[in-house]
Amino acid sequence: MTPTPSTPPATGTRPGSGTVGKTRRTPAPRETFLGMPPFPTAARGGLTNSQQRRNLRHATHTIRDKRAKVVAEVDQWEELRVAGAAIKDRALRHLDVYLPQLEASLTAAGAHVHWARDAEEANRIIVDLVRAAHAADVEAATSAQVAGGEAEPEGETDDLAPRASDDLEVVKVKSMATQEIEMNEALERAGIAAWETDLAELIVQLGHDLPSHILVPAIHRNRSEVRDIFLREMGHYGKPAPEGLTDEPARLAEAARTHLREKFLRASVAISGANFAVAETGTLVVVESEGNGRMCLTLPRTLISVVGIEKVLPTVEDLEVMLRLLPRSSTGERMNPYTSMWTGPTEGDGPSDVHVVLLDNGRTDVLADTVGRSALRCIRCSACLNICPVYERVGGHAYGSAYPGPIGAILTPQLRGLDNPVDRALPYASSLCGACFDVCPVRIPIPELLVHMRHKVVEKKKHDRRLPTTEAATMAAASWLMGDHRRWEAALAASSGSGSVLRRALKKDRIGPLPWPAAPWTTTRDLASPPTQSFRSWWTHEHEDPAAPGHDIPGATPEQGGSR
Amino acid sequence: MSAAQPTDAREAILSRVRAALVDVPAGPPEQETPVPWQYGAATGMADVLARFAETVDDYRATVVRCPPEQVPDRITEALRAAGVASVVVPDGVPEHWRRAASEASARVLHDEPPLTKARLDECDAVLTAAAVGIAETGTIVLDHRADQGRRALTLIPDVHVCVVTADQVVSDVPEAVARLAGSVREGRPLTWISGPSATSDIELDRVEGVHGPRTLVMILAG
Repeated sequence: MTPTPSTPPATGTRPGSGTVGKTRRTPAPRETFLGMPPFPTAARGGLTNSQQRRNLRHATHTIRDKRAKVVAEVDQWEELRVAGAAIKDRALRHLDVYLPQLEASLTAAGAHVHWARDAEEANRIIVDLVRAAHAADVEAATSAQVAGGEAEPEGETDDLAPRASDDLEVVKVKSMATQEIEMNEALERAGIAAWETDLAELIVQLGHDLPSHILVPAIHRNRSEVRDIFLREMGHYGKPAPEGLTDEPARLAEAARTHLREKFLRASVAISGANFAVAETGTLVVVESEGNGRMCLTLPRTLISVVGIEKVLPTVEDLEVMLRLLPRSSTGERMNPYTSMWTGPTEGDGPSDVHVVLLDNGRTDVLADTVGRSALRCIRCSACLNICPVYERVGGHAYGSAYPGPIGAILTPQLRGLDNPVDRALPYASSLCGACFDVCPVRIPIPELLVHMRHKVVEKKKHDRRLPTTEAATMAAASWLMGDHRRWEAALAASSGSGSVLRRALKKDRIGPLPWPAAPWTTTRDLASPPTQSFRSWWTHEHEDPAAPGHDIPGATPEQGGSR
Repeated sequence: MSAAQPTDAREAILSRVRAALVDVPAGPPEQETPVPWQYGAATGMADVLARFAETVDDYRATVVRCPPEQVPDRITEALRAAGVASVVVPDGVPEHWRRAASEASARVLHDEPPLTKARLDECDAVLTAAAVGIAETGTIVLDHRADQGRRALTLIPDVHVCVVTADQVVSDVPEAVARLAGSVREGRPLTWISGPSATSDIELDRVEGVHGPRTLVMILAG
């Protein structure tokens, strides 16, 4: 499922390589999450990719240890988790108050607020905003030309000649919301190139790949794969990688710095997400490491931030809890290198044209489920991915969405609904070991939600099916049998009789594979033969005749085990 | 812009939110969902300044600690050691710091009128003050007043020399947020800096130096 670096990119993915119709501006992903097989099938691809498994094992174990170390430094970690959960709950349970407050604060600060019900609407808004920003650039350039004529301008300005209208581009801060709405491809279709600037996102984009982790989307790649991708691809989309590039991470980071700098310096539009949005003040917060976020948030004239409606925090002070929980849970650092906070445009500093797109895209459905809504507390730290034994082995692509791992297994089917088999399979992508809850900084009860979602999947299947399955029919029969004690006792008597017969016939106390319709169950499981005496009959026997040797009833097995 | 957008998306989302929350009792959010947390509390530590110097150093930033009167000398030394040919100094930086910078550098640049991105990209270093230092996390926070300059100044040049004074250093994030809340409410942007630009994106190995300044020198006065 993950292409090896030696595979040449699919034809038609490079500019000018002769695709039908318009040529692409950005590297084409080889596949999309849409149309991927459900988890059990997709997981096989990950499991057989031994390079990826080695990379993932190394990476997840490294980050787990780092996290454990910095979490242990904080005496009040559990109090912080409880507070973090409560703050997010407060915001979520009163979104009807905080969302309009956020909108009002943003507007008062000079930002423009847009609302998007779904991915399509969000992408349409963003495309329109990018085009409008470009039109404004052209207008500004024209009026400057008229005013200045051919004469040398007095002072230098940043207003370079605007790009041709068929050559629009944006620089991007890593953002889960824009991954979720598949914004890059929507922009590409509109003729706008979206350049990823986070190092891992750049590796994924240049590698014609898909992200496989929330925090480190290229976690499935090792250093030599990254070097090969850079050497092969960078030159097609901008400044090429230096010749003789080694696979030393510092050299690779340097190559990314050089490749992206020209894009940062010339971009007039940036698109970001936000880690938090403070309702009280209209302040947006982006937490990052490399400085690519700061570049995007500071240098362009127009900034568009796509913010899920669950990102709201009530007050500025709530940040003191979140900014302690997030970095330690996420990268295993006391604090991430850079955090930016901005409240609308600032005169003489950074973008003057600031937009915020508030995104629903299924979140109100999650909110309506009183059990499931706690998944909206998620602050996208990815601690649950790093600790998960399933994620470590199968990798992120198998989850079929931008949100992999345990959080993805509960969030994706809630956001997208249970209509397709990929989403119905996700709640089963877990061993329910519970490690994810232990590390979750906002105490999302992921194992409980997995079970809750499994229940919803079963209900959904029941609802969609006209005829009952064998399992459902068996359960209905069992329900009828157990619903009345006389029926049940009669059945037990029959079963005890058959137990003696079976034991004698098979000369063992196990039932092996059986023919259809029992085959799907029994080919992979042994079944204990029915006991020769039920607990009920043992109990009756025991109490009617206290002298009877109840503890050495021959053949007494599981039923009796229950009475200990 | 907003004229082109159907206004009913807002109404549709808000009415879905209200419908989703019918189970939540009415009343002030603070009472309905209490947050068991004492905001703004200090984290206990023996020596806040020593801890700050230690945690900033952990990020492989250069930490220089000196009495306040030696700050200009340390500025000169730091810029010399970095071998910079030009340094931009925001206009609100104290005059004697600026003079110290000019002793080390061939050129001291002003940001008035604002330097273009291209000019800033040619500039080797930046010298600023700070707003708050956080001991527990080794974080320097800028609220971009006149002595710290606009955000691009401390982003594009590759060397950042930042002077933090003892009275600016607090124990941990809660105290810092309490001090900075006023700046946020005034609408000021904030930049929290913990060490030089870094990434862990390749095999989760931390590498210093991506897009932000690759060299961070923190001069702690006091």
